[in-house]
Amino acid sequence: MGTASVEVRDLVKYHGVTLAVDRCSFSIQPGEFFSLIGPSGSGKTTTLRLLAGFEQPDHGEILIEGRSMQSIAPNHRPVNLVFQNYALFPHLTVFKNVAFGLEMRHVTKSEVKSRVEAALDMVRLRDKSDRFPSQLSGGEQQRVALARALVNRPAVVLLDEPLGALDQQLRQDMRIELKAIQEQVGLTFICVTHHQEEALTMSDRVAVMNRGRILQIGSPREMYESPRSAFVANFVGTSNQLTGRVDEVNAAVCRIHASGLPTIVARYQATLTVGMPITLTLRPERLDLSRDPHESGFDNRVPARIEKAIYNGSDMHYWLRLSDQVLWTARVVNGGDQKGFTVGESIYVRWNAGDGVALTE
Amino acid sequence: MIDPSSTASRHQSTRRRHPYWPLIPAVLWMLAFFLLPLLLVFAISFASRGLYGGVRWAFSLTNYAMLIDPLYLGIYGRSLLLASAATFICLLIGYPLAYFIARAPARWQGVWLLLVIIPFWTNFLVRTYAWMFILRTEGLLNTVLLNVGMIRAPIEILYTDWAVLIGLVYGYLPFMVLPLYAAIERLNRSVVEAAWDLYANGWSVFWRVIFPLTKSGVIAGCLLVFIPTIGAYITPDLLGGAKTMMVGNLIQHEYLVIRDWPFGSAISFVLMALVVLGVLMYFKRGVFEDVEERR
Repeated sequence: MGTASVEVRDLVKYHGVTLAVDRCSFSIQPGEFFSLIGPSGSGKTTTLRLLAGFEQPDHGEILIEGRSMQSIAPNHRPVNLVFQNYALFPHLTVFKNVAFGLEMRHVTKSEVKSRVEAALDMVRLRDKSDRFPSQLSGGEQQRVALARALVNRPAVVLLDEPLGALDQQLRQDMRIELKAIQEQVGLTFICVTHHQEEALTMSDRVAVMNRGRILQIGSPREMYESPRSAFVANFVGTSNQLTGRVDEVNAAVCRIHASGLPTIVARYQATLTVGMPITLTLRPERLDLSRDPHESGFDNRVPARIEKAIYNGSDMHYWLRLSDQVLWTARVVNGGDQKGFTVGESIYVRWNAGDGVALTE
Repeated sequence: MIDPSSTASRHQSTRRRHPYWPLIPAVLWMLAFFLLPLLLVFAISFASRGLYGGVRWAFSLTNYAMLIDPLYLGIYGRSLLLASAATFICLLIGYPLAYFIARAPARWQGVWLLLVIIPFWTNFLVRTYAWMFILRTEGLLNTVLLNVGMIRAPIEILYTDWAVLIGLVYGYLPFMVLPLYAAIERLNRSVVEAAWDLYANGWSVFWRVIFPLTKSGVIAGCLLVFIPTIGAYITPDLLGGAKTMMVGNLIQHEYLVIRDWPFGSAISFVLMALVVLGVLMYFKRGVFEDVEERR
């Protein structure tokens, strides 16, 4: 690959005395859909605002298409931001909103018209071009905001919680539409969201941030299957956790000792030594529940008691008491014929070594 | 465009939920102390002056015909000019000030607004007298300018149109600042950032986004300054002296000095009609509907 679309090196930003962004570095390829996720206050929005140019970094640099953005004002950067609450111009029609960026760059009238119409076609709002933003639904406003950014064909499209203000059903539809549009236009997208599921669906790569730092960058699959820290395991999807000590390490797996439980076998990421404290993380849907104490075929088998059972339609959601300190959850697909477990029942929780990851942090 | 029927029906449905009886005191007050005197003035304006200053009830249009006299037209013209200039200067000074206050940290906004309003705590007449001391030949302004060496001889400001203009701008600036502050404070900051992000420079951000979105405040501020300044009385009387008369002084003169109530009434009425006409023209241009739509 040639020059990165966006190159961020050692970015630092203070808000007063708080460190909002702490030595962040990442590189984004042209045409990539990249998401920054993290809880509120993790620094993801500040990072986006630094990219847009609304804030200046205290240290580090930002390169967009190889060009340093040092002291370049937002109106001279090849980026466009889709604002969290869309920030549409309330006094301008949909057409005029979308045309704004082109008019500011003195594009000829006929070209403005054709490009705006093409952009509105793409977001299926051509017939609403004479409306004012206040006359549109939330989803339509969101699409106008997107068209207003895309029409300029910027090097990078920045999206701040793009689906945050939409209701649940619309969010589901829009994340697929957003991804489709991104693929169609082939522009680089950087999206900030606290909604991890959304990020997994849309992104080519995801970065998890917490307290101003980037904890891990990788494909959605990597983030979900191989989290490198308990925080990432918990933030990307839900996970069951267990703290213990390393009993034995071999090439593929390690054995974990946790008080009150049988020895557990799991895969690991960092180099482990015997006696090291570790955290085991495990996805709720990877657990198999059984009443049969003898049935084999799994690497791990731990007795547990059902503490709570919730019928969720598509699946059953169980709370499992493994020991006094350990409460796990399990999701079991509703197969129709299955008879569910009842609260108070003693069962066995089983899973394979590859489903659990032993983490050192 | 917005569907007028839908907004109209929405307005009606919200209005219907509120009872009308709480309006009774206001309606009675306005009837007794505003509409009734107004009708009286209107009636008197068609009468004629009695021999010893009374009102003689004989219908005539002479009072209105008299207004075409160049002497009076000049006074109307000066009033219009001074009020327009005062409004414009208030806007020029007031907009940046209001913008600064609206964008200041929340805990400072109250302090700045208080400073804008503090002059109201002193009587307007007293404050205008203070301006006489500042502007007169041996006054504060000339003393300072002479001592600094910026002028060699004292400049004559007091009892000129300039003094009136200064006094009007001083007196009515808060009426410009307050509605502007309200409009700018409501302005969504991210809309301004959006314009900036979409390649607009400072000039375009202001004229294409900030100004159109705060136009309601500009209009309200201009009306609140223009309407009282065109009928101003104390300021031209004290700062303008005998040479500079505005409509307000003319009316006072007719009523109390010449004791020609009918003619004074006619002047009052024409003044009011002009102001109402001006306001209606704003409505006609759709400025208000436009602003409503954006909310």
